[in-house]
Amino acid sequence: MLSATDIHADLAGTPILRGVSLTARPGQITMIVGPNGSGKTTLLRALTQDLPYRGRVLLDGADIAALPGWELATRRAVLPQASRIAFPFTVLEIVRLGLIAAATPAPGHRASEALARVGLAGFEGRFYQDLSGGEQQRAQLARVLAQVWDPVGPDGARWLFLDEPVASLDIGHQLEVMEIMADYARAGGGVVAVMHDLNLTAIHADQVLLMQDGRCLAAGPPAAVFTDAILSAAYGCTVRVNATPPAPATFVLPHMARRAG
Amino acid sequence: MATADNSPTRDFVAGDRQGRARRVMLGLVALLLVTSTLSLGIGASGVSLWSVLGQIARAEAVAPREALILFDIRAPRLALGLLVGAALAVSGAVMQGLFRNPLADPGLVGVGAGAGLGAITAIVLGGLLPLALQDVVGFYLVPLAAFLGGWLTTLFLYRISTSRGRTSVAVMLLGGIALGALAGAVSGVLIYMADDAQLRDLTFWGLGSLAGATWDKVLVAGPLIALVLVVTPFLAQSLNALALGEGPAAHLGIPVQRMKTISILTVAGATGAAVAVSGGIGFVGIVVPHLLRILTGPDHRYLLPNAALLGAALLVGADMIARSVIAPAELPIGIVTATLGGPFFLWILLRNRSLLDL
Ligand SMILES: Nc1ncnc2c1ncn2[C@@H]1O[C@H](COP(=O)(O)OP(=O)(O)O)[C@@H](O)[C@H]1O
Ligand SMILES: [Mg+2]
Repeated sequence: MLSATDIHADLAGTPILRGVSLTARPGQITMIVGPNGSGKTTLLRALTQDLPYRGRVLLDGADIAALPGWELATRRAVLPQASRIAFPFTVLEIVRLGLIAAATPAPGHRASEALARVGLAGFEGRFYQDLSGGEQQRAQLARVLAQVWDPVGPDGARWLFLDEPVASLDIGHQLEVMEIMADYARAGGGVVAVMHDLNLTAIHADQVLLMQDGRCLAAGPPAAVFTDAILSAAYGCTVRVNATPPAPATFVLPHMARRAG
Repeated sequence: MATADNSPTRDFVAGDRQGRARRVMLGLVALLLVTSTLSLGIGASGVSLWSVLGQIARAEAVAPREALILFDIRAPRLALGLLVGAALAVSGAVMQGLFRNPLADPGLVGVGAGAGLGAITAIVLGGLLPLALQDVVGFYLVPLAAFLGGWLTTLFLYRISTSRGRTSVAVMLLGGIALGALAGAVSGVLIYMADDAQLRDLTFWGLGSLAGATWDKVLVAGPLIALVLVVTPFLAQSLNALALGEGPAAHLGIPVQRMKTISILTVAGATGAAVAVSGGIGFVGIVVPHLLRILTGPDHRYLLPNAALLGAALLVGADMIARSVIAPAELPIGIVTATLGGPFFLWILLRNRSLLDL
């Protein structure tokens, strides 16, 4: 279990997180949503020690501040929001970087397996720089998956921390990535994801944390958090949940989409 | 495709360049042996390596003049060329990995100038040190001072150009120019203060040359460079991970702070040692790693050893050119590497303008 209590963080002298608490259980998908600049990325970075924070973050009972980096790396993997890579690595070489952290040596086909999982089978020999934005994002996801491939290890659950994993993906690949997260949680792993899309969040999240201005505005299952009143307050506009337009209109909901095959 | 990551593999996996990198490594070893042999055999005196080897093989006494030329002139020069070439190429590769940019070369961004300032300070002001201390550091004073100068410059450069885990190329290059100019100015003042004997030392040193190589110089630079060459393989995977950025590297379990400190010390050690014995020899540190990245990719597990091999071979080769173009006189080797490296550097820039937009 991941439990963070009263997290505060400052960036450039400004308080960005002002006391956020969050609990995430293995076997579940926990999603963080909120308007732009509400501190979602900052919260994820605090939870993964990317920046200094005040408060306590416990991973399966142990304070992460006291765990050595190599041990944390065997138990959790982190997908950053934007990634830029310095040298001309091939996609295969990038995914294999995820295996550096593995506690036990991974089989040689693991990288290709991870690429196939994110729909990039056959991309091994391409240069990372030559991929489209969405493909780069999925290649990074493959690296992260390769790092903690088995959702449960001998010493407990493995964790995925993902910052907007579907942000620049088309609807088909969004479903594919949501499915990866769901499978990972179903197999006993923990998933914490920052999300932008409220519909996908409503479908897939077990728990939602809605942030506003560095604080938690609401938390709980999607049905409890996604109400007209709460969402309207969070996003500063009138939002209506589960309502269809009165006049005939065109809309595409991920609820009604299925992956081919 | 079921092959283990690190074992030599027969069946081909696309995007896996480890096999090629290993073959290139063998080729480079061969190249190094050939250039080294040639370098021992070529020289203004016309002494033949084969005749000396023949004398040794027949258990005859080697003629004293030939023995002197081979063992006390050519051999230390070869050893120094190997050491300096390997040091320059490896320090370039490590610095580029650390700054996550192929343009970060110790010679280019002022680390060489910083090391030079250290060396000049030691030559000019070393006499002011208490005698007891002079005895202790002995002839290691100049390389130690060069190391210190290189270390401080690298440290400062990393501090100013990296914030929140991101390295700004513009700040790195411009800061490097500023630091280099500053070090050059202070060096100028020191040179102005130097007496005649020191001035002779300085001119000799400042040419960027392997001329005047002695076993003493090999002993001065050797230990530091050997230490660096021993340490770098342990940095390789960390530098690979660092290519993803500091945060992602930490999430892969890399002790980022420690590996940065070691990398900076490594760059300073190699640059300092090379500068102390050969002055500033440019472009090896940028040309060699770049060529190898094109050939076998940026995986530092192969890039670093291959850079050491190619850097050594290249410098020994350049030294042969320097010795033979206007024989019996010789060119400073810095002129040769700059003539070859300058256009190559421009080619890198033009071929890949986006390097500067990071
Ligand atoms: N490095 C930084 N320095 C100062 N302020 C920052 C920095 N990074 C982010 N911020 C600010 O912190 C707030 C939260 O950012 P972030 O967590 O990235 O938001 P989001 O919820 O969109 O992921 C924003 O107002 C942003 O402008
Ligand atoms: Mg964000």
